[in-house]
Amino acid sequence: MLSCLLLAEAAAPKGGLFDLDATLPLMAVQVVLLTFILNSLFFRPVGKAVEEREGYISTSRAQAKEKLAQAERLEAELKAQLLEARKQSLAVIQEAEQEVDRLFREALAMAQSEANSVREQARVEVDAQKAKAFSGIDAQAEQLGSLIVDRLLAA
Amino acid sequence: MPLHLPIAEIEVGNHLYWQIGNLNIHGQVFLSSWIVIGALLGVVIIGTRKMERDPRGVQNLLEFLWDYLRDLARDQIGEKVYRDWLPFIGTLFLFIFVSNWGGALIPWKIIHLPSGELGAPTADINTTVAMALLVSLAFFYAGLSRKGLRFFEYYVEPIPLMLPFKIIEEFTKPLSLSFRLFGNILADELAVAVLSFLVPIIVPLPVMLLGLFTSAIQALIFATLAAFYIGEAVHEAH
Repeated sequence: MLSCLLLAEAAAPKGGLFDLDATLPLMAVQVVLLTFILNSLFFRPVGKAVEEREGYISTSRAQAKEKLAQAERLEAELKAQLLEARKQSLAVIQEAEQEVDRLFREALAMAQSEANSVREQARVEVDAQKAKAFSGIDAQAEQLGSLIVDRLLAA
Repeated sequence: MPLHLPIAEIEVGNHLYWQIGNLNIHGQVFLSSWIVIGALLGVVIIGTRKMERDPRGVQNLLEFLWDYLRDLARDQIGEKVYRDWLPFIGTLFLFIFVSNWGGALIPWKIIHLPSGELGAPTADINTTVAMALLVSLAFFYAGLSRKGLRFFEYYVEPIPLMLPFKIIEEFTKPLSLSFRLFGNILADELAVAVLSFLVPIIVPLPVMLLGLFTSAIQALIFATLAAFYIGEAVHEAH
């Protein structure tokens, strides 16, 4: 490369496909300059924009995830509350049913015992009246018997 | 050695010489490279003038390019250091890509120069060698600044027998980088020029399309290899 350079300098330029000369270092300088210019005009600003957007997207994603998690937590909590309330209402209903049952049984028992006592009383009364009637009948039968005996004896 | 084909007036190897002191430079290369750089800077300035969180218009294109180049650099260099080298790799890619496509798409023929003709800056060996040597400098700098003298362990890994091959490789890297790019772009320009001289309509179109494809691929290859070499230099073996 160096000899080519020297040759090109020494003689009048002859041209050719493989004519290496001062174009080479100048082009290298130009490419390096272009690198720095593009770095400040293109790579840095565009990179910043893209990375800012990526950051924005990932933070919004994280926020959305957090909100979703919160919503799910709330949902679970409310579901638990609902379940609890259902259980409580069921218990209340059961209790009420038991209470009603108990009251019914009590009333029934009371009515039955009252009926029993009334019946007992009536029986006692009937017995007493029956005994009274029987004793009346006995007296009359005795009277009649003695009357029949008297009449027969008299006759 | 200006090459005059008998059937076509296609000039190869003629240059527009400018003289600075006693140094000669190829004027047509600089003229077309300034147009390329101007176009690049124009798009970049328009696209970054008003950056918004919801990208629209040119900003979208620039963000797509940035993303593409970042992925390229990150894949080859690695998560830790790619940020330092993204501008260099990206500039290489953008400059080569716009040069190649500019060389294929801009009708340079309508501008007449006293000698030589305008074309892709990458069709001149000086440009490609300059960039290839910059890549060499870059990976030496990257390796030495990151690992210090331990960088030279790379030459004896995995076994010391590799030393001569690795040393030869340091010379073949810039050589292959520069000649691959130069050869592809020049060959494409020549093929299109010869074909369009022989059959001016329709027939050169497939070759032109192929040329666009090759140009894009060459830009990608150059940038990927540059990134790979830098990645190799900063790679921690353990």
